[in-house]
Amino acid sequence: MELFLYTALFSPLVGSLFAALFGASPKSKIAGIVPSILLGVSFLSSLVLLILVMMTGHTIHVEMMTWMATGDLYIPFGFVVDQVSVTMMIVVTLVSTVVHVYAIGYMDHDKGFNRFFAWLSAFVFSMMVLVMSDNFAGLFIGWEGVGLCSWGLIGFWYKKESATWAANEAFIMNRIADLGMLIGIFLIYWNTGTLQYEEAFAAMPSLDTAVLTWMGIFLFIGAMGKSAQFPLHTWLADAMEGPTPVSALIHAATMVTAGVYLVVRANPLYDLIPNVGLFIASLGAFVALFAASMALVNRDMKRVIAYSTLSQLGYMFAAAGLGAYWVALFHLMAHAFFKALLFLGAGNVMHAMHDELDPFKMGGLGKVMKGTFIMMTLASVALAGIFPLAGFFSKDLILEVAFIEHHFIIYAVLLLTAGLTAFYSFRLVALIFHGEDRYKHFGIDPHEAYRFMLVAMSPLLLLAVIAGAFKMGYFNMVTELLPATEYHVHSATTYWIMTIGTQLFVIAAIAYAYKKYTSKDIKVPDGTSKMENSFGYKLLINQYYIPHFYENYIVKAYRELSEVFWTKVDQKVVDATVDGIANIFYQTGEKTRDMQSGNLSTMLKWMVAGMVVLLSLAVVFGLAARHSGEIKTFLSGLGV
Amino acid sequence: MEIGLNHYLVLSTILFAIGLVGVMRRKNLLMLFFATEILLNSVNISFAAISHYYGDLTGQMFAFFVIAIAASEVAVGLGLLIVWHKKHNNIDLDSMSTMRG
Amino acid sequence: MFEAVAFYLFAFLTISMFYIAVTTSQALYALSALAAGMIFISAFFFILGADFLGAVQIVVYSGAVMALYAFGMMFFDTTRDVKEKQGNKAIVIGLSVISAVLVVLIVSAPIIGSNIEAFYPVTEGAGNVQEVGMVLFTKYLVPFEVAAVMLLVAMIAGIVLAGKKMDLSLTLMNEQEILEMREESKSKKVLP
Repeated sequence: MELFLYTALFSPLVGSLFAALFGASPKSKIAGIVPSILLGVSFLSSLVLLILVMMTGHTIHVEMMTWMATGDLYIPFGFVVDQVSVTMMIVVTLVSTVVHVYAIGYMDHDKGFNRFFAWLSAFVFSMMVLVMSDNFAGLFIGWEGVGLCSWGLIGFWYKKESATWAANEAFIMNRIADLGMLIGIFLIYWNTGTLQYEEAFAAMPSLDTAVLTWMGIFLFIGAMGKSAQFPLHTWLADAMEGPTPVSALIHAATMVTAGVYLVVRANPLYDLIPNVGLFIASLGAFVALFAASMALVNRDMKRVIAYSTLSQLGYMFAAAGLGAYWVALFHLMAHAFFKALLFLGAGNVMHAMHDELDPFKMGGLGKVMKGTFIMMTLASVALAGIFPLAGFFSKDLILEVAFIEHHFIIYAVLLLTAGLTAFYSFRLVALIFHGEDRYKHFGIDPHEAYRFMLVAMSPLLLLAVIAGAFKMGYFNMVTELLPATEYHVHSATTYWIMTIGTQLFVIAAIAYAYKKYTSKDIKVPDGTSKMENSFGYKLLINQYYIPHFYENYIVKAYRELSEVFWTKVDQKVVDATVDGIANIFYQTGEKTRDMQSGNLSTMLKWMVAGMVVLLSLAVVFGLAARHSGEIKTFLSGLGV
Repeated sequence: MEIGLNHYLVLSTILFAIGLVGVMRRKNLLMLFFATEILLNSVNISFAAISHYYGDLTGQMFAFFVIAIAASEVAVGLGLLIVWHKKHNNIDLDSMSTMRG
Repeated sequence: MFEAVAFYLFAFLTISMFYIAVTTSQALYALSALAAGMIFISAFFFILGADFLGAVQIVVYSGAVMALYAFGMMFFDTTRDVKEKQGNKAIVIGLSVISAVLVVLIVSAPIIGSNIEAFYPVTEGAGNVQEVGMVLFTKYLVPFEVAAVMLLVAMIAGIVLAGKKMDLSLTLMNEQEILEMREESKSKKVLP
């Protein structure tokens, strides 16, 4: 069984290295095909492991080699396949396989084709390390690895200034959060003396609550950065500068869910500190609403989906914070499928529209792009949570959890968000695929994507539709590791009212979106309509002025501070010191050049001078050696 | 008044200093060779004196070898001097500056 | 008493001779003063009982070396004064004195400080020449032979250096000139 573990873990690495071999050469199909096949192998291995874990309930724990062993510190390269990590492995490998195959088509005309696959496979490897590691140090390596690959992929088109800016923003935001994460890990090591999950969690109940609270908070700060929770959320929307497959894989399905994974993984810790859990849940609910509201008006197709991702991450954190870890993980899985599908569909649309992102400039694409139309509609339905698609099972469950735990405010917020989700999802679908063919005004001739790209997307479509059916099997498996709390509304009447009510609310939102955005007089907004000048719209389209605030009050202040340090400290002190030292040598050289006049007589004089110096030294040291004992007593008398 | 080893050593020091002054001050290459001879001879005196006062022949032996070295130095040095003179038609130390850095 | 008088007399003479040799601007004066100084030094050797060394000193310096210098000077235009730019006298003399004192200090410090035993003690009842011969041809045989070889090499070097064509420097000539020189020597049928 270890063989499957290693295969699942290392075949993406092999694929990445293989593609990297071609990094500097012109596009060759093989650099995309081989990593895709290797990822398929990785997926199959993960599948075998899943079946094994599901059937036997055994977990696999291997220790590949020692990484660090100094004194009391012992950190191995250990990997664990248990119910939680195998779920993540399946999600990661499945989505990444699909995305790889899709990207062969999507990146067809790109010059950086080979480089793209090297980065993408490297990302998958890092993600696998992250989810499979059996200790916090390994998790952190994977954590940083995905951060690095994310940076490389957001800034993939590095000639675009906005892309490099977005990449740096994502990287820096994540580093800020990683500092918190690192402090959390240090705290764990300091207090428990180990970084292995099992031992650390076993030692935690005996610790002081205050210490545990700090651990939980700092770990969650790390999770906030990676999962783009408020106030570190701005990078996710900007990260849409990267190629669309990247958005689908990293910024929807896998990397951003690492924060949720961390909280789920650290569930023994968060169970001990329910206050922090409540804070996480509240923040999650807030982010869900906050992000959904920004998605309502945004005019960039990918950003809308990114905000939707943010909103769904909020749902996951709400569930995890309330202790319903398995629900959070289940939503994570279901969300990965339909959100990746949505992104890939958006990628098709972008291709068809020659990288046009404004849905107001599209319209009526459903006639030209049947396959994409169906897929995106189904993905949106799943996202909205309509029965019987995946979103219904996972998202409604979160609503129920909030209700049952008597956190009615969270429940209300999440319910409202569900309506908003349905609205903005179908606003997008309606604007892109229905209504008049507005794209004709812009002289674009859309065409459907390659057939194999659609075929590659089909597994995701299938799972987005049927994932709900796995709920009970999944529950049985994963609750061997996670707290097995079944959430049932006590009275059947309440349950049905809630469910049907939610469904009706969502359907109403969808209907409203269709009605509003399929009408014939939708025009490309030009900033003149009444709505666009309203305060609410401006607030939302400017993302609550948060990027503005960051730019003006943090970045600028920091920049000014840096300027001061640069001109005052660096140039005046550090540079001056270094230059001074260099100058001393330079001047000495200038001055002593005369010694090398080549004049034999001068040289003789210098020779005698040197001889005098050496002889004096010989005398001094000779005397010192002879009288070393006396000198020592003299010095010790002086107190040296 | 007994003449001891110290007297000879002082004499040797004085001669050595004279030799060094010569080495440093003269610009005539030939004078430089003379000064070198003085240096060697001042050392020879100390050797002979030490040999005498300690009843040991080693000092004298060294003095012999110093004389041999001085002789060969003169032979080679004078040869080089002649070559230089043929080439540049002078033996001024200041003119030897091909090693200028 | 006699020894003391002889020592001071010869010390005075030697120092003054060498002082003249170092300071005079006339090469001929310098040469004569040096030769005189060398002979006076041999007097110290006789006082110290190193008869053989004294004889060698006279023979080698006054005979061989001075003759060599005298012959060497015949080649130069000694009448032409070498312009002697005088530097800072105090520095020169100071350095000389300090270094001389230091050298003597270093050499003599161990001798004065501790009782050293003679490696090759003076043999009772034998003359200086006999003693020197015994030590030189037993303990110092190898250095002696090496010194002999060195003298031979120096002699050959002197002959070659003072010989023909040594005023030409191959490194300072360009190839054209070297070729010309070769042609010239071939036409003259002389070995290059």
